[in-house]
Amino acid sequence: MVGTFAFDLAHLLAGSLVLVSMLMLYQDRLTALLNIYALHALVLALSVACQAYIQDAPHLYITAAIALIFKAIVIPTALHRIVRRLGIHREIETVVGVGVTMLAGMGLVALSMVVMLPIAAEAHPLAREDLAFALSVLLLGLLTMITRRNAVSQIVGFMSLENGLVLAATGARGMPLVVEISVAFSILIAFIVIGVFLFRIRERFDTVDVTALDRFRGDRR
Amino acid sequence: MGLTYSLLTQAAQMGLVLGLAPLLTGFVRKIKARLLRRQGPGLLQPYRDLLRLMRKEVVLADTASWLFRVVPYLMFAATWVVASLIPTFAKGLMFSWTADLIAITALLGSARFFQALAGMDVGTSFGGIGSSREVMIASLAEPAMLLTVFTIALVAGSTQLSTVATFMASTNVGLRISLGLALVALIMIALAENSRMPVDNPSTHLELTMVHEAMLLEYSGRHLAMIELASMLKLLLYMSLIAAVFMPVGVADVGSGVEHYAFGAVAYLAKIGLCALFLAAFETLIAKMRVFRVPDFLGAALMLGLLATLLLFVSKGL
Repeated sequence: MVGTFAFDLAHLLAGSLVLVSMLMLYQDRLTALLNIYALHALVLALSVACQAYIQDAPHLYITAAIALIFKAIVIPTALHRIVRRLGIHREIETVVGVGVTMLAGMGLVALSMVVMLPIAAEAHPLAREDLAFALSVLLLGLLTMITRRNAVSQIVGFMSLENGLVLAATGARGMPLVVEISVAFSILIAFIVIGVFLFRIRERFDTVDVTALDRFRGDRR
Repeated sequence: MGLTYSLLTQAAQMGLVLGLAPLLTGFVRKIKARLLRRQGPGLLQPYRDLLRLMRKEVVLADTASWLFRVVPYLMFAATWVVASLIPTFAKGLMFSWTADLIAITALLGSARFFQALAGMDVGTSFGGIGSSREVMIASLAEPAMLLTVFTIALVAGSTQLSTVATFMASTNVGLRISLGLALVALIMIALAENSRMPVDNPSTHLELTMVHEAMLLEYSGRHLAMIELASMLKLLLYMSLIAAVFMPVGVADVGSGVEHYAFGAVAYLAKIGLCALFLAAFETLIAKMRVFRVPDFLGAALMLGLLATLLLFVSKGL
């Protein structure tokens, strides 16, 4: 199995997903971040479709289609519109510098490999590697969320985290389609709710910088 | 017979890189000029420049020490050695067993170290700025280079360039994301090391942001010619390195006939020409970045190298 073309392709796509997650950490402009997110979802869709081909599981094609339509087209377009309507200034204020964030990201990728490879030692190499990549995408999504102050980029971090979950689920074989669809829709609903919140935050504080919320709460740090 | 033949091919390689380097620089300049709809100087202009510099008198500063006079030859020698070790038209040449990727990095590193020292030797402020910036870039580019080398070595099972090239030409390489990342990282490092566009502007003198040129301001005559030739060789060297590792098509095997060598040479010229086209197009399209953005750029190369090494372990297991 190892060394065949299909395996290499799956490895390539899953690895690219990690790479795009790293790129997301690197961006310091909101528009670029949204475009990278669309790319992330596109790579995810390709990766899932590849898994569907390898595992010969037709329902995974539906998962891929959901990823392609909702995550790569609908959500980025909606986020672009939100950014334009809110008129948010395009720079992202990161909490720490890019270099430190990248180093932390590398550490997380290394961590997820060190954790995942021994645990899934008996598993099929493809599943094992998918799980390791999925865990790193998930952790990188979390890192994106905590290193940004801007609410929109936090949403993007959250969405990329969910992409990691989908990757893990398709690699592990046998996630029922019902679960997949319900996860996709709950993400969509979460997105709508967060969108409404964004407008509320903006209305009240004139900014989407979440440190304004801390100030409002009265926490002086 | 055997010894003379291998000596001859090795000598041909050394002569080839030395003769080709100014032509490559002229070619890149010509394409850049054409892309900007200028006529541009002829392809042979770098040779004429070098000849002119060779004939000129050397003007030395009063404060210059012996180091200042020795460094141009040191740099040229180190770069030429590296350039003639990298497989260009044939692999397994006489000295190819010394063509270790780590040794290559070390030789280039020592050339840069002496250049930075020479920049500070005379004691002008410009030279000092140039040296400090060069060292800042180097401190990020060298780890990135080493990580890329490790990735390639882990995939191919050897740090020796001939073996790597043989492995890359075989069919059991497959699609590997680590190699793709290593290629991108190597290109970014090559741009930074050769002071090409996003990091430094190769076509200006006397600009506040210059890095490479600032260290050479005090040089003149044959010393300057040596340094210029060394930097031309360095450009050719990085392109040959990328071609040898990532485009190993048509490279002749050990001790094969003259016709194989000829075919290898034609393939090599085509590969270098392709690289030069890409470089010229890229430089025309992109703007120079601020000096303080360079660490971000090279940090990305470092990150890519690290990621490539990490991803390699996933497919192999710990």
